[in-house]
Amino acid sequence: MAESNIDRGVRALRDRKKHYSIFSLARQARNYHQGWQQAWRHAEPKAEYDAIIIGGGGHGLATAYYLASVHNMTNIAVIEKGWLGGGNTGRNTTIIRSNYLWDESASIYEHAMKLWEGLAQDLNFNIMFSQRGVLTIAHSEHELKEMSRRVHAIRLNGIDSDILSPEEIKKFVPIMNMDQNIRYPVMGGFLQKRGGTARHDAVAWGYARAADDMGVDIIQNCEVTGLRRQGRRIVGVETTKGLIKSRKVGCVVAGHSSILADMAGIRMPIASRPLQALVSEPIKPILDTVIMSNAVHMYISQSDKGEMVLGAGVDKYNSYAQRGSFPVPEHMLAAAVELFPVLSRLRMLRHWGGIVDTCPDASPIISRTDIDGLYFNCGWGTGGFKATPGSGHVFADLIANDRPNDIAAPYALSRFETGLLIDEHGAAGVAH
Amino acid sequence: MLEIKCPYCGLRDEEEFGCGGEAHIARPLADNPISDKDFADYLFYRDNPKGLFLERWRHSAGCRRWFNVARDTVSHQILEVYPMGAKPSTKAGRAAYEASWRRQSPAEAAARNIPQKTRKTSTSKR
Repeated sequence: MAESNIDRGVRALRDRKKHYSIFSLARQARNYHQGWQQAWRHAEPKAEYDAIIIGGGGHGLATAYYLASVHNMTNIAVIEKGWLGGGNTGRNTTIIRSNYLWDESASIYEHAMKLWEGLAQDLNFNIMFSQRGVLTIAHSEHELKEMSRRVHAIRLNGIDSDILSPEEIKKFVPIMNMDQNIRYPVMGGFLQKRGGTARHDAVAWGYARAADDMGVDIIQNCEVTGLRRQGRRIVGVETTKGLIKSRKVGCVVAGHSSILADMAGIRMPIASRPLQALVSEPIKPILDTVIMSNAVHMYISQSDKGEMVLGAGVDKYNSYAQRGSFPVPEHMLAAAVELFPVLSRLRMLRHWGGIVDTCPDASPIISRTDIDGLYFNCGWGTGGFKATPGSGHVFADLIANDRPNDIAAPYALSRFETGLLIDEHGAAGVAH
Repeated sequence: MLEIKCPYCGLRDEEEFGCGGEAHIARPLADNPISDKDFADYLFYRDNPKGLFLERWRHSAGCRRWFNVARDTVSHQILEVYPMGAKPSTKAGRAAYEASWRRQSPAEAAARNIPQKTRKTSTSKR
């Protein structure tokens, strides 16, 4: 299982004036909150870096943070086409859990969970991590049996997981429709109590602020237009702000991974699909946990603002348009209303799509490539947010040492040639 | 919502269809000399263009027949619908077909019965 003594790279901020605390809040309040400093600099690219991370989402910023804090590589840059966390980091439903079936998955997602559990302190940034539990429900006898097999596998990996009976579910989630005569009756479920949610924007901002404090250049509004190679070695990145040289480049661009791979002359086994989510108008607290159903394709939680946050599966065809097709949310809302009749007259406030990079085995790619110095961290598909700290942590290790550690090794691209796939279609379910 | 013109049933809503992903992937013959790496091209590696994409669709809630569609993955505009086994007839569709790395892949060569010596040289970039 995941190691217990992770090097979390915790460092006090160099600029002590930037430290957030109850005292800094009180101090700023006296001054009408006019003294807050910007959380990170607007850096312009230098001519050369020791490493460049392409993609300023959660995974990319986490990679930069751990490269600087754990591996002492501070002469690095994060390049972002738009704004920080403007891609899938700001578009997901913020669910965090580590209850995966296979050992390889348990190892990386639990690694992430252990980092999540101290992340707000590590970063000195309130990421609003709330371990409110994630309850996955079953709607048939078969699903229930499959679930108990999975629960036992998960527990053998030392990850908390409990089967709940319909009576226990009724107590845990009073607003759920437990009528056994509905189309998909709730017959049981399994709960990971340590699962929950976090504020997605804060995760990106927290990592960005801490990385910036160590000297990492975060360059926004800078699109990569090409990857400069010298034979089989990467030597730089061509951008809208000119050529930036580096002999190590890590690509963490989610839905656009195939495009970037194409720039380097390599290929990926990835299909880019829209994943949709929507939030309702804010209401009083009615749901204090996360509910997922794989069979009816729906997951739901309530944000701290009171909005109901809903998501479902990916659209059925490839797309780079950040909007989805209508049948998916229609299906999702039908399931939500059947399970929670109390939501039937709720109005939806916002609806959006993000482009996710789906892999044939529903597991990510964390890998070196045939080009020396070029690394890819992609293929997280519909479930990347929960892995953010763990993904960044192992990817930083891969970039710094040019070889994967034990957690990252199974996720190499070579698994599509050897056949050693990590098939998480079942365990991941829809709300992967 | 997409409206797709099934070649057999006419214009129908997207919901009646299933998408089968990239079109024109030829399966290597059972007796083939290609490496596992080249076979992975057939099995797992996929075109994922931002722009015109040739893909297979099935009218699963209708006539249940398969056909090909040339569709733009950014605008979602459908350029043409053409039968299984055929190649795209529009200029852009034809160009997308010819430009695909798959046309030069050893896996595709191994799907046709071509002489051993031409199969050996891999022009695959990966």
